[in-house]
Amino acid sequence: MSANMVALAYLIAAVLIILALKGLSSPESSRRGNLFGMIGMLIAVLVTLQLPGVQNYAWILGALAVGAVVGGSVARKIPMTHMPQLVAFMHSLVGLAAVLIAVSAVYDPAAYGIAANDGGLHLASRIELFLGTFIGAITFTASLVAFAKLQGLLSGTPVTFKGQHFVNLMLGIVMMIAGIVFCIDPSWSSFLLMLAIALVLGVLLIIPIGGADMPVIVSMLNSYSGWAAAGIGFTLGNNMLIIAGALVGSSGAILSYIMCKAMNRSLFNVLLGGFGGQASTAGGAATAGDRPVQAGAAEDAAFLLKNARSVVIVPGYGLAVARAQHALKEVVDSLIASGVDVKFAIHPVAGRMPGHMNVLLAEADVPYDIVYEMDEINPEFSDTDVALVLGANDVVNPAAKTDSSSPIYGMPILEVTKANHVLVVKRSLSVGYAGLDNDLFYMDKTMMLFDDAKKACEAILHAID
Amino acid sequence: MSQAMIDSAQAATQTAQSSADPFILSFTVFVLAIFVGYHVVWNVTPALHTPLMSVTNAISSIVIVGAILAAGPVEMNLATVLGLIAVGLAGVNIFGGFMVTQRMLAMFKKRQ
Repeated sequence: MSANMVALAYLIAAVLIILALKGLSSPESSRRGNLFGMIGMLIAVLVTLQLPGVQNYAWILGALAVGAVVGGSVARKIPMTHMPQLVAFMHSLVGLAAVLIAVSAVYDPAAYGIAANDGGLHLASRIELFLGTFIGAITFTASLVAFAKLQGLLSGTPVTFKGQHFVNLMLGIVMMIAGIVFCIDPSWSSFLLMLAIALVLGVLLIIPIGGADMPVIVSMLNSYSGWAAAGIGFTLGNNMLIIAGALVGSSGAILSYIMCKAMNRSLFNVLLGGFGGQASTAGGAATAGDRPVQAGAAEDAAFLLKNARSVVIVPGYGLAVARAQHALKEVVDSLIASGVDVKFAIHPVAGRMPGHMNVLLAEADVPYDIVYEMDEINPEFSDTDVALVLGANDVVNPAAKTDSSSPIYGMPILEVTKANHVLVVKRSLSVGYAGLDNDLFYMDKTMMLFDDAKKACEAILHAID
Repeated sequence: MSQAMIDSAQAATQTAQSSADPFILSFTVFVLAIFVGYHVVWNVTPALHTPLMSVTNAISSIVIVGAILAAGPVEMNLATVLGLIAVGLAGVNIFGGFMVTQRMLAMFKKRQ
């Protein structure tokens, strides 16, 4: 293939990758979009394999086959509740791959065709390698820490110490200096120092961030992995890599923004960390326990639901933890069969990553056209007979609208208090992620059903039938 | 397209050909791709944000192009070995990312 043909083939691959993202605008077009993405990737790999410098076919295809077997088996087996961990883990692989490629480019620039006349690196290449390496290295270790927190290998509580931000700042400055030294006068010592500090910084930046903020962090690392890929693209002078990297980078940035907005936090505030640590020990205890609540049995809940005209279900991550999606689906089926209008309401931060709850409901065969986003469903609560809250807490806390002293004041919530009746299924009156008591539980129109979400759904189903 | 736009586009191309550094051309592509990404991603329905993340994961593994180049030469040295490891890592992501996305998207069904 001529160089022009190669460039055109890469262009086709880039367009197919854009179409893959475009397909996600609706579930109908998404599967075809994903197919476009796969074809784009296939073209990119095949075109690269036939380049004249690439001769080592047996080893390359062998490494690819190992990756295919590992990746394929993980993709088939992973439970949907574990998607956030999987995504975090995959970000770390992209970061590590980017670092390895950069190290290899510094070692042997000729393989990439970026060697200067003396066999070394051009200044532009050194700058690109510096940027690509440190972004890749931070993505690698930061994603590993995020993975360990999500998987429960590390505690979700923030790790903070005095002078933390100062230490990070100093390390950042030393890293930049080492990088600049490398750009001016390339040597392994400055490159490796820069790389080592970037690896440590990745860890230090994520340990102070609490479990509740992980959706933002996973989205942000998604963005970083894209920028790392774009950095490699600059090094190779390959526009397709730059396009793909920029797409992923902006996608992750937009998701981080959406998550921050849904929690009424700034990205800066999230990155400083520490949120949710002290609150979960201090909050709640002051008011909980001595206020009256109306507790009901599964039979009461079933009666309420069966005689309702319309029901809106608000699922939270507690639903997934209790593995109650399938039991809930049966309750929904039975209600729909008896003529009740049932809808689901999803808060943007329900679950552990953007859109997680939608996937968990889809897995339980809940049709996506009865699942509504927050902005679509909020105006409908005043016309709703029963709002059923399952395993959600902070996202339905009216304090976010009424109590200006509350830490979550200003956070957009699902306005379940506007419904005629509210039914809350919860194991106890314990506090949510934000560590706050919830006035919703003590309202006259609220009935509490104290049980595990799965057992509650099964008991309600039994009582309906 | 108006004649004025065509003229200015041609003028831009000529200037680029005569003087611009390859880096500037790459940077142009980069900035335009960010705009494309911005518009395409805001159109993604929030219900599909998790598949969006898993597919972008697979897409960022496009770094496999760099990994293959690193692993390309026949004689083995540090650079080729690192390249081969990177091919394997990116391979995990490409296959894992696209397949898990496909698995999720297959679950989204409409009411019968």
